[in-house]
Amino acid sequence: MNCASTNLLRPLSRLAVLSLLSALSVSAQERPAAPVYAITHAKLVTLAGSPIDDGTVVIKEGKIATIGAGVEVPAGAQVIDAKGLQVYPGLFDPITQMGLSEVSAVGSTVDTAETGPFNPDVVAATAVFPSSEHIPVTRASGITEVLAVPGSGGFDSFGGRGLLAGQASAIHMAGWTIDEMQIKRSVAMVINWPTINTQSFDFSTFSRKQKPFAEAKADYEKQVNQLTEILDSARHYAQAMGHGGPSDFERDVKLEALVPVVRGQLPVLVFADRARDIRNAVEYCDKQKLRMILAGGEEAYKVKDLLRSKDIPVILRPVLTYVDEEDDPYDRLLSQPAELVAAGVKIAFGSFDNSFARRLGQNAANAIAHGLSPEQGLKAVTLNPAQIFGLADQLGTLQVGKTANIIVTNGDPLELTTDVKYLFIRGQLASLENRHHRLYEKYLNRPKSEACQCAVPEMPNKLKDNAKPSGPLSGTKPN
Amino acid sequence: MKTLSILRSSLFVGIFLCAMTLRPLAAAQPADAPPVILIQNATVLTVTKGTIEHGSVLIKDGKISEVGADVKAPSGAQVIDGTGMFVTPGIIDCHSHIAVDGSVNEGSISVSSIANIAEVLDSDDIAIYRDLAGGVTTANVLHGSANSIGGQTIVIKLRWGQPAAKLPFEGALPGIKFALGENPKRSNFSIRGAERRYPASRMGVEETIRAAFTEARDYKNSWDTYNKKVAAGEKNLIPPRRDLRLDPLVEVLEGKRYVHSHCYREDEILMLLRVAKEFGFKVRTLQHVLEGYKVADEIAAAGTGASTFSDWWAYKVEAYDAIPYNAAIMTKRGVVVSINSDDAEEATHLNQEAAKSMKYGGLTHDEALKLVTINPAIQLGIDKRVGSIEVGKDADLVIYNHDPLSAYAVVQKTLIDGRVYFDRQKDIAVRADLEKEKKALLEKEKKSSKKDEKKDAEKKPGEKKPDAAKPDTKKPEEKKKPEDMPSMPDNVAAAASIAAGGVN
Repeated sequence: MNCASTNLLRPLSRLAVLSLLSALSVSAQERPAAPVYAITHAKLVTLAGSPIDDGTVVIKEGKIATIGAGVEVPAGAQVIDAKGLQVYPGLFDPITQMGLSEVSAVGSTVDTAETGPFNPDVVAATAVFPSSEHIPVTRASGITEVLAVPGSGGFDSFGGRGLLAGQASAIHMAGWTIDEMQIKRSVAMVINWPTINTQSFDFSTFSRKQKPFAEAKADYEKQVNQLTEILDSARHYAQAMGHGGPSDFERDVKLEALVPVVRGQLPVLVFADRARDIRNAVEYCDKQKLRMILAGGEEAYKVKDLLRSKDIPVILRPVLTYVDEEDDPYDRLLSQPAELVAAGVKIAFGSFDNSFARRLGQNAANAIAHGLSPEQGLKAVTLNPAQIFGLADQLGTLQVGKTANIIVTNGDPLELTTDVKYLFIRGQLASLENRHHRLYEKYLNRPKSEACQCAVPEMPNKLKDNAKPSGPLSGTKPN
Repeated sequence: MKTLSILRSSLFVGIFLCAMTLRPLAAAQPADAPPVILIQNATVLTVTKGTIEHGSVLIKDGKISEVGADVKAPSGAQVIDGTGMFVTPGIIDCHSHIAVDGSVNEGSISVSSIANIAEVLDSDDIAIYRDLAGGVTTANVLHGSANSIGGQTIVIKLRWGQPAAKLPFEGALPGIKFALGENPKRSNFSIRGAERRYPASRMGVEETIRAAFTEARDYKNSWDTYNKKVAAGEKNLIPPRRDLRLDPLVEVLEGKRYVHSHCYREDEILMLLRVAKEFGFKVRTLQHVLEGYKVADEIAAAGTGASTFSDWWAYKVEAYDAIPYNAAIMTKRGVVVSINSDDAEEATHLNQEAAKSMKYGGLTHDEALKLVTINPAIQLGIDKRVGSIEVGKDADLVIYNHDPLSAYAVVQKTLIDGRVYFDRQKDIAVRADLEKEKKALLEKEKKSSKKDEKKDAEKKPGEKKPDAAKPDTKKPEEKKKPEDMPSMPDNVAAAASIAAGGVN
């Protein structure tokens, strides 16, 4: 992106650059680089050491060039005076269907999952729609990067979820094309861990199905055996690949996709919530020598020692989720993150959704309110997901050399009432405008309605006039 | 979608363990007379009369008897130290489906006004306790949205531990659920092979409502005529035939029953307001009303309240124009607005959902807090009794450890009628005992079920069949009163009913 010519031009003013470039009528490849930015007089919460008061961040060529107190602002830099504001790494939502699902009830807008149990070869990045309205809406709440995860959408994923649902992709929350958005095409292989279900609901007939435990267990074992079989095949395939070129063996795209998994190069993102399922999955991945990342983890606290001993990180589903077990403490999911962290388990929070992705910070804050330290809560939506998916060399903290995915806020980024004032993705200032703002502006400015045909002249239970009691208990005049 | 996430965990992950219900705080059975309580030195957010720093609230006979900066504790009063705490009126959820036994939808016919939620209140629903723990004290319990004219609804207080008969909010007008748009026309719910039901379009939804009210008006006229004749002394008259389906609609026409209508799109909102005008009744609240911001003037002019979500969107086409600024725009255009939950979990943080209207649309702290207190009280016609901290009102209060319009606020105590129904410290204190009791019961159960089929032996302790947990397996001293009898969790049934009918 940054070719030699732009390096030469950098000392010139932006205007000069633009006019010079237009005069030269440059090709697309020689488009001007993003300007150099300097965010000054801000409180910098770097998550790599203590916060810096009155600090400066210089952003150059998509990266954090310098950071600290008393940093010199380079000549020609665009200066953002952030006095009274705070700078954080952008938030990272590690489980979403971003770009894969637009209106979840409408199948034609949903590309979250394939049919059939084994689709290790499908990759989320392929189907991410860069123009999805969810991207700017989510971005406005400070989320700068996400994982698009196939097979993670529950009922939204019309085709079912599949055992091997495909590969998750890490994407920036801005870009004209997926190539610009893509951080890493393949960061994990999704496994939806099978459960022993004696009860199920059949959507084709809208009826409940009940089966004996033995039968449910046999179904479960069958699925696990199928998984083992395909992984074994992938190992043999990997051996064959190691011994010769593609001409020497029959290519199989599904097995080929599993080669990095069986070689331990690509982690598996395993969806499981119940303690038994998690335990089964951990034992299985251990035996199969797969690098496991747990997703869901509603009962992870019950197996926290196992998770710690195997060094398995957990992407927790929203803590603002109803606790299924009526005997369980009402705040079990709210207090679980603190318990896991205390036990030495690495956690991150995920929205597991698109339209609720902007509640990521709210979920982290609720966990903090229930015992998680504020620093751990913030890391669970920034540095931790970056580390878990092997992207911490680029993302997750404010450090020199890292990709400049940065938010400038007027307060705690996890708090409900905080506004994101500026947001950088790959060092470029990204728009905070979106569908919701547009509709807001449009209807906020709607002229006062002239023809209200719906006005009912007088009714016994008129709401507006509270001086006249409506119901038997009504009567207070609202302020 | 929230309900779908519940569904997901219930169905795919769910193994429906442990029918034995150890009630948290079953011990909090209120004594006969409500105690005299003084909450001292707290930030009192009265909602209607400003904020009092280091203020006190005195509670007597279940009512708020004094509010101010300087209230002396009467002798014998129980004093709650509110230092660093925030006191608000109890949260009122204008759209709830908790405490309903079985399905929330009578999905067969599109005018199901015969069905009545009041007849299926389930005081054992753990969601009551969970919502209390989130500061909710009053809920408008509604049917789902499968039908153009759904069932009769009821306002309850979350008096956990009391029998179902004690839940209804005394004197609150009952309501009836209407629904417009995708759900009553069954766009997103179809059973393979089944014929489509009328109505299948928004045009048909209007006609369904118009037809029902045309009938109801005629029915009312025939009764009015009859009653007039009776009053005039005429003899040997045959009364009109009673119609249980039309009776509630007549009550709507007479202003004795509130209409709470599920809706999304601007066109259907205006449609209902026009039909209501045609028949001379008032729509008390529009529920969800996610495009209410587009027709806020019209809603305000109709004197109709709007009860919406904070930030739900895009879960279906009619929610694609939903914006988190909805509550703020409608408020600014003069509509009485509330934020509701439609979901047992969402209800536990309605204070947080209200706070979002400060960010999205710039409502003030007071305006935001009203969205979940006095405004829903006005909408339900119970604002004389609840919704603000004022002398004479019910002592329905929440004590938070932080400003409630923050994600860091945690409910410490919830009071209804001057009684503490939720106490976080007590809840935490009894957990170890409950866990012990549960373990002992499971051990006992395990032993007795060992004789059962082999398949049971393969299961983990928690996976008993629901019928394995009959109350009589408990030790005699643990037997509870009938109203506390454990209910069988039936998540599948609940999930199925939601899936089959839809609530949001």
